[in-house]
Amino acid sequence: MTEQISTVAKYRRFSPWRVLALATNALVELARQKVFYVLLIFALILIGSSVLMARFAFQQEFQILKDVSLGAMSLFTSILAIVATARLIPQDLEDRTLYTILAKPVPRYEYILGKLFGALLLLAISIAVMAALFAAILYLREQSVLDQTWRQMRSGPPGQVDDALSTIRASGLNSDIFVGVTVIFLKASLLAALTLFISTFATTNIFTVVVMVVVYFIAHLQPVAREYWLQQAHAGWISRGFLALVALIFPDLQAFNLVDDIVAGVAIPMAIFTKTLLLGIFYIVIYTMAAIFVFYGKEL
Amino acid sequence: MTRALITLGIILGFGILKLPAERSLAQEHRDWHLADLDLNLTLREKIGQVGFVAALSGFRAMLADILFIQAEAAWERTEWGRVLFLFRQVTALQPHVPLFWDMAAWHMAWNASAAAMNNPKQPRQALRIKAQREYFTIGKDFLERGIKNNPRNPKLYESLAMLYRDKYNDHARASEFFRKAADCPGAPSYDKRFSGYELSYCEGWEPQAYIQLRRLYDEGEQERLPTLIKRLKYLETKLNIPPSQRIPDQVK
Repeated sequence: MTEQISTVAKYRRFSPWRVLALATNALVELARQKVFYVLLIFALILIGSSVLMARFAFQQEFQILKDVSLGAMSLFTSILAIVATARLIPQDLEDRTLYTILAKPVPRYEYILGKLFGALLLLAISIAVMAALFAAILYLREQSVLDQTWRQMRSGPPGQVDDALSTIRASGLNSDIFVGVTVIFLKASLLAALTLFISTFATTNIFTVVVMVVVYFIAHLQPVAREYWLQQAHAGWISRGFLALVALIFPDLQAFNLVDDIVAGVAIPMAIFTKTLLLGIFYIVIYTMAAIFVFYGKEL
Repeated sequence: MTRALITLGIILGFGILKLPAERSLAQEHRDWHLADLDLNLTLREKIGQVGFVAALSGFRAMLADILFIQAEAAWERTEWGRVLFLFRQVTALQPHVPLFWDMAAWHMAWNASAAAMNNPKQPRQALRIKAQREYFTIGKDFLERGIKNNPRNPKLYESLAMLYRDKYNDHARASEFFRKAADCPGAPSYDKRFSGYELSYCEGWEPQAYIQLRRLYDEGEQERLPTLIKRLKYLETKLNIPPSQRIPDQVK
């Protein structure tokens, strides 16, 4: 009896260790599904584009390398976030692992948090590897161009050499790129949270993926719907009602499309970056809460 | 069913809460010219349905690169109409990349204009000259719009200055744009010199050019380059500068 009371006393309503165990398990499961092959495709795209870009001048080469790499990072992390997260709950249901886990003193919200953190860990690892690969290639190319230019111009006036070298450095690797990588991660995390929410009531992972692809495109058009809804007072009530639903239900994914401007050399102000970060976290929290709420009502 | 309705209610409630934050962030994006893509029918017609969807989905930069590569391929085939069409799309998609404006202007004002002037299919010289001047104007237009979108970028001012110098033979305007380039952050040191050189070619502006070039000369050895010395000597002769104030002759 005393032992039973002490076990109950030891049991915590929320344990970060249980969430961590679930997250690690989800990550291992996803790794076994060979999702990291995406990284191989990314590496091939980088190599392919560097071969293609050999014909261009260094400014063009760096510009295209940055555009293609960050664009590919954004595309692959979005796909990974949707496809990997969509299968987490259905897979556990199919394997009956879910029943084993929930038969233990694991609250359902910890299960959902564990799955989400597992997906986020996967995304973090993938994006870190992609960013490291991209930074290494860009840095090596920049050093090679710098070295080549210095050898060609070393006998020239020092002012001209400095001008040429600083032009190359300005086109190469800079810290703003990492701001872009952070925003890509945030967007992918938001997609993962939204996918997890949909998968709590979806019956198959195919359904979740299809719904998420549709959501992805609608969410990019959400700001257009929002502004039209709020500014066009003369529109019919059916149109306004539909636009209001789109504006209220879907996240504004355009807010996370800062990469196109970052590669163009636009410095993102810290205030905008912070607000984007907070908005992203807000979306993730809300969709995760909704996922937990729906999952609590799910009959298992 | 009740739970589904409650979930919908939560999401709608959250939607109302997020609305001001989203609008404020979108406004800040507009203020800073971020995601400065004018989503209208003209752009949709320019880039096509698939391109428009790709641009909306956050792949604007990648799409612009693909079109840029296509434009370079069209240039190799000397299809000038296609080059212009593709560069209009590229610059519409990525207006904050000075490189694209600069390349578009260079292809039009230098390459296409030269091709128009040497067009064997056009026997009338007057029409060849007309076509050439039209390409100069298109190049100038690209640079002016590029500057409007990137007002702190020295490269576009420099290119516009070169266009005035090499194609319009307008040294006053060339000097003005080299000076504007020199005022931009991160401008190369030669912009100031080039502004002075161009001014020295302008009739009636010799005293100002002399002051500008002499100031650069007095900055030290790094500025005393052969062209600067040559232009200063020309101006000293033209303006009858007293021998005591003239720069020394270079030791041969």
